[in-house]
Order: sequence, then structure tokens, then C-alpha cells
Amino acid sequence: MELVIFTGLALVAALAAMLVIVQRHAVYSALFLIITMGALAGIYILLEAYFVWIVQVIVYAGAIMVVFLFVIMLLDIRREPDPWTPPGRGRILTALLLSVVLLVELGMAVAQRLVLPPSGAPSVAGGFGTTQTVGRLLFTDYLFPFEITSVILLVAMVGAMVLAKKRLT
Amino acid sequence: MQVPLSAYLILSAFLFIVGVVGVATRRNALIIFMCIELMLNAVNLTFLAFARFLNSMDGQIFVFFVMVVAAAEVAVGLAIIIAIYRNRETVDVAELNLLKW
Repeated sequence: MELVIFTGLALVAALAAMLVIVQRHAVYSALFLIITMGALAGIYILLEAYFVWIVQVIVYAGAIMVVFLFVIMLLDIRREPDPWTPPGRGRILTALLLSVVLLVELGMAVAQRLVLPPSGAPSVAGGFGTTQTVGRLLFTDYLFPFEITSVILLVAMVGAMVLAKKRLT
Repeated sequence: MQVPLSAYLILSAFLFIVGVVGVATRRNALIIFMCIELMLNAVNLTFLAFARFLNSMDGQIFVFFVMVVAAAEVAVGLAIIIAIYRNRETVDVAELNLLKW
């Protein structure tokens, strides 16, 4: 059953990701990326990452992509007349070489036949991947990176406001 | 029937490669940015798959931090694109060649 759900969601995610990069208009790319993020959020539930799933839907698909769409609409991007440039000989050769290397690596990874352990007894107090566990870890073991992220967000906010401000001449 | 770990890794590698192809090929700066987000999502999937496989919460905490950094990066990057558009009237990265040799 898990395999069926995973295969369906993985196909949706892979297909939507491929459709992201071939669109002529940026709005369609953004919408397909939202579909990809939604399918990935479903896979996160399969991986028992409940807090990450909610954060993905609310923050990634719900806030970041909305900001993307705002900017696309604000800048009034037209359709691209020619999105693809045909690659030269050297590029195709490099791409083929790298894909052969990658395929060999993937074959080695698949041949190991590692299986995820079944979700049995909870191994962490409060459940694996729940909000309670993530919150407890963020405030005990990972407190310092957590405070640093608040500084990062403050810097990003100030930077975005300064960069996008209209000049008052 | 359990889902093998390699299935998650292959999906993550595929999404990452699609993102890299998009970054290397497209000329619209916004679509390049979206492909960077696609790459970050693929990396999140790898972290979570290994967190589940090794039964360790470290992967999920790291995914949380990756998402925070991605949000900050999107804010600043889009502000830069808006500033560039205001100066040059284009988001085509082929036309941003002032620093080119």
C-alpha cells in the first residue's frame, strides 16, 4: 500500500518537475512547481516527517511560491519566444559523460537493496517526526542554530526592503 | 511491501538533475530561481529519507533549517531581480553581461 502511494506521488512530482523547466511563461512554471511541492509534501508524510510536511505546505508552497507569483505578476513578464538554445558538441559530450557516471552510481545504490525499517514502536519520546519532538530538539540541542536563523531572517527582511525600495528623488 | 530507500534517493536525484538542467538552460531569471528551489526540495527529500532510514531526528531538524534559509534566499533574490528589472527592463540573464570579459 505504501508502495502504491509512493509510486503515484513520485510520478506526479517527477512529471510536474519536468514540466517546470519547459514552459514558455513563468506563471505556468510556478504553478507546476507548486504541484511538485504538494506531491513532495505527500511523500514527507510517508517518511513520518509530520512537522516538515506542514511547514512545507504552509511556508514553501503557501508563502514562497506566492511571493514568486507576486513578483512574476508585478514585473509583467512576457512569453519567451525562444526558451531553449541548442547545445554545442562539447556540452553534449560532457553531459553524456556525467550521466554515465551518475547512472553507474545509481545502479550501485539500487543494488544495495536497503529497505526502510517498518514504523513500529516509537523510538523517540513524543513520536518520531512530530511537532513536539522537533520543538523539543530545537530548544535544547539545536538552540544556537535556531537563534541564528532568526538573525538570518531579520537580515533577509532588511536586505529585501532596501533592495526593492523605490528611489525617492 | 516496504518502499526501498533507493526509490527515495532516485526520485531525489531525478528532481535535483531536473533542477540543474533548468538552471543551466533557461534564460529567464525567475525560472532559474524556481529551479534552485526545486533543487532545495530534492535535497530535503534526501535528508528526510535518511532520517527515517537511520531513525534519527537530525535529518528533520536540518530540513527545517534548509527551509528557513530557502525562504530568506527567495526574499533577497526576488528583491534583487526586481531591482535589476527596474534598471534594465529585462529579466533575461543573457542581457546581464556587464561583468563579462
